[in-house]
Amino acid sequence: MDSSQAVFKGLKKAGIDFVVSLPCVNLDKILEMVEDDPDIIHVPVTREEEGFGISAGAYLGGKKTAILMQNSGLGNSVNVLASLYKLYQLPILMIMSHRGTEGEFMSAQIPMGEATPGVLDALEIAYFLPKTPDEAFKLIPEAWLMAEMAGSPLAMLFEVKFWEF
Amino acid sequence: MERIKAIEIISTQLEDELVICNIGFPSRELYAVRDSSAHFYMLGSMGMASSIGLGLALAQKRKVVVFDGDGSLLMNLGSLVTIFSQSPENFILVVLDNECYGSTGSQCTYASNVDLSRVAEAVGFKKIFSFKDNIDFSEVLNTKGPVFVHVKVEPGNADVPVIDMEPEEIKTRFRENL
Repeated sequence: MDSSQAVFKGLKKAGIDFVVSLPCVNLDKILEMVEDDPDIIHVPVTREEEGFGISAGAYLGGKKTAILMQNSGLGNSVNVLASLYKLYQLPILMIMSHRGTEGEFMSAQIPMGEATPGVLDALEIAYFLPKTPDEAFKLIPEAWLMAEMAGSPLAMLFEVKFWEF
Repeated sequence: MERIKAIEIISTQLEDELVICNIGFPSRELYAVRDSSAHFYMLGSMGMASSIGLGLALAQKRKVVVFDGDGSLLMNLGSLVTIFSQSPENFILVVLDNECYGSTGSQCTYASNVDLSRVAEAVGFKKIFSFKDNIDFSEVLNTKGPVFVHVKVEPGNADVPVIDMEPEEIKTRFRENL
């Protein structure tokens, strides 16, 4: 099981049936798997903030929701996470490619990469850091349950090294 | 026409539809005119009304009516592209356009320079209604979506109280309605 398969199988095991996405080079294979799955509604969006809005509506409509995104998109989603998700206690699973971490080849990714955990902390959004495909597969369903029980977004940060598996 | 009047005319014609209502005075005005468990009142996240409505329309079969504003639509214009591309038949986007940020003191928006219906048309929307003095919403309800409804209204807010419901109560009541 490679890293992409592990994340996708974890999402399936969690019962996720509604996914919004923006791409990252590391999410490429997962995006294809999500798009091809007949039981998942997949909505590519123009901006992460918009994706969070769409997912909130889908959750109100009874869906189990996740967003596939690069950590850079966290920056333009801060208000929707606070004044929609935190305010109304809505869950969502945030599958984030965490760029700017060990092994990053692009210096431009480093500032937002370093800021990402602090932004999540400021929003009081808990996050997991799975290091291997096995860990990811095990943690994703648990993370969704925690998000649903807590009525809060929950993030999974997948660092650059994770995608080497 | 005052915005509260437009909200009243439209909302009293709704039966089984689900409603997502924009942050600020629009939600307060809808709540004052007619409350329902099928209403989701936004208390934050300006710009997200059309997106929340799109997700709701894609997630289930009931018809969804969104009350959006010109300022908030301009904040999330990409939403029109996503709505058109996903093309849910059960989706009606009502833009109550007063050409200003009404809830913050009526500062002008660019909607006085830009015709938002023409923006929707350029994106590809096929079903566009424009109203000013009269609103015939029954025809809108009989049209296969996605529908873009542009209603020009006067600036200003009605003298209505704040919504005396907790956010979680608004959410839970709405989800239980489904």
